Amino acid sequence: MKDIFNAGGKELTSRFFLGTGKFSEKSLVGDVIRASGAEVVTVALRRIDSGSKEENILNYIPEECTLMANTSGARNAEEAVRIARLARAAGCGDWIKIEVIPDNKYLLPDNAETLKATEILSAEGFKVFPYMNPDLVAARKLEDAGAAAVMPLGAPIGSNRGFRTKEIVRIIVQEIKIPVIVDAGIGRPSEAAECMEMGCSAVLANTAISTAGDPVGMARAFAQAIEAGRLAYLSGKPAREFTARASSPLTGFLRNSGRD
Amino acid sequence: MSFLEYCKNLPESDPDANRLRMLLSPKTDENLEEMARTAREITLRNFGRTIQLYTPMYLSNYCENECVYCGFRSGVKVKRSKLSLEEVEKEAQYISSTGLKHILILTGESEKHSPVSYLEDCVKVLNKYFCSIAIEVYPLTDEGYRTLINAGVDGLTLYQEVYDQHIYSDLHPAGPKRDYLFRLNAPERAAEQGIRTLNIGALLGLAEWREEMFFTGLHAKYLQDRYPEVEMSISVPRMKPFGGDFKPLCEVSDRDLVHAILALRIYLPRVGITLSTREDSLLRNNLVHLGVTKMSADTTTAVGGHTATGEASETVQFGISDDRSVDEVKAMLRESGFQPVLKDWINTSK
Repeated sequence: MKDIFNAGGKELTSRFFLGTGKFSEKSLVGDVIRASGAEVVTVALRRIDSGSKEENILNYIPEECTLMANTSGARNAEEAVRIARLARAAGCGDWIKIEVIPDNKYLLPDNAETLKATEILSAEGFKVFPYMNPDLVAARKLEDAGAAAVMPLGAPIGSNRGFRTKEIVRIIVQEIKIPVIVDAGIGRPSEAAECMEMGCSAVLANTAISTAGDPVGMARAFAQAIEAGRLAYLSGKPAREFTARASSPLTGFLRNSGRD
Repeated sequence: MSFLEYCKNLPESDPDANRLRMLLSPKTDENLEEMARTAREITLRNFGRTIQLYTPMYLSNYCENECVYCGFRSGVKVKRSKLSLEEVEKEAQYISSTGLKHILILTGESEKHSPVSYLEDCVKVLNKYFCSIAIEVYPLTDEGYRTLINAGVDGLTLYQEVYDQHIYSDLHPAGPKRDYLFRLNAPERAAEQGIRTLNIGALLGLAEWREEMFFTGLHAKYLQDRYPEVEMSISVPRMKPFGGDFKPLCEVSDRDLVHAILALRIYLPRVGITLSTREDSLLRNNLVHLGVTKMSADTTTAVGGHTATGEASETVQFGISDDRSVDEVKAMLRESGFQPVLKDWINTSK
């Protein structure tokens, strides 16, 4: 059976979402998308220069891709809502990744303001993908507010520190029904695979790919790792045992004494 | 607690401040290559392979200050001028035709010739052409910053020039700039009024550079801690020769400049570092790999210098060392493996 990922009213075959802000050449974004098969690409509205053909990143994104504009730069719900509306008016569609970041030191998001923006934008018909601090209660509220998915961070943006929040993300994956997409901090393909093995629906990566020696090669590696992790999840990962155990060390006496 | 009080209360054993001291110390000079590798890696992770471009626009060079190191200071016989709003528009049209969307507007310090109301009028013209407008003017009051932010300004660049108070006093013998604290506390006033970006710095050459960089780094950290919503950056301007006979009080070699940039980058991984055309093209080409995140291009320090001809050259504040056009700087960045970013903001309140 084909493993289709339903998100924001679309059927996706790739579970690899790509960020675009850190590449050495805008044209590289197109090469990376083609090599990795990514179908969803996020672009900061603040970076879109629609007045210039050469400088407009949108001209480098294949038409068949789904564009997910993001609200980078928003410090509160009000600014995020305004950016989302501008993005839609600029022809970026109705997929919006909400980033509300009042903290430039660690780039950590504000879940409370993110929730407010999600409520407003979902009601306006946007497909809302909120970037969030992993928190079950906040994830449930975002689900209730109409979010199309939640995007908990794996580690702070750009840190390449890997899947540090896995214990909380694991709980979110188990408890909520909308897709969980790990966004930020994932530095290696193996960490992306781990997210997928756990049951996350997709992974978004940017820094790990754009700052690699060969971004196209790294994107391909991520795509394969994400696919492998997904297949492992679907196949029912065997439970892990670290040491061999005697078959019944605590109750064996019952058998030996004939009391079994 | 103001920054000055913060410095006075800083314990000698403060581990964070001592880390910055260590990063700037002559002892670490021998580890420069290792520092450079670390700085490059930190910059790539935090800012990617991108460099943001901007250009300065000089609006006026009337000045009431007597900074002994400055070519625009009051009393120096240079041609004084101020752009009319028509001239501002002409400059804006030219600059925006180069593709730049971030502009930094500058004036001398003269409430009489370039009051807040004049700056506000200029900003209203510039709003049509630019997505981000930063100011590098004299320190303003709360109200002044509020007015300009409401008009469309989103960034403030303000150099303390020199953090050492005695030297500051000697170098600023007259004029409103004598008020050290009013200047030192200006970035906070702007942050309180909701400015989005702050860019601070010390003019390298006016005092012992390691001490000055220490206080610059500490000041940036202090501001970042208090205003986490603000995007912080630091400039590292070196003294440039100008018409007068002022000699820098401290030599700052290229190696020293590199050391300063690396130390600041490692100490403050998320803070931007701005590099102007005070430095020559060869040095700028190399510094893009070491932590710089913003650069100016197609610059002039003359009032209306982008479009005016002839007489404008008489209003030059100091000579620049890299006169490359926007396209030339873009080409250099691409060759070096960086994406020139011409637009990186959208002011939703406009």
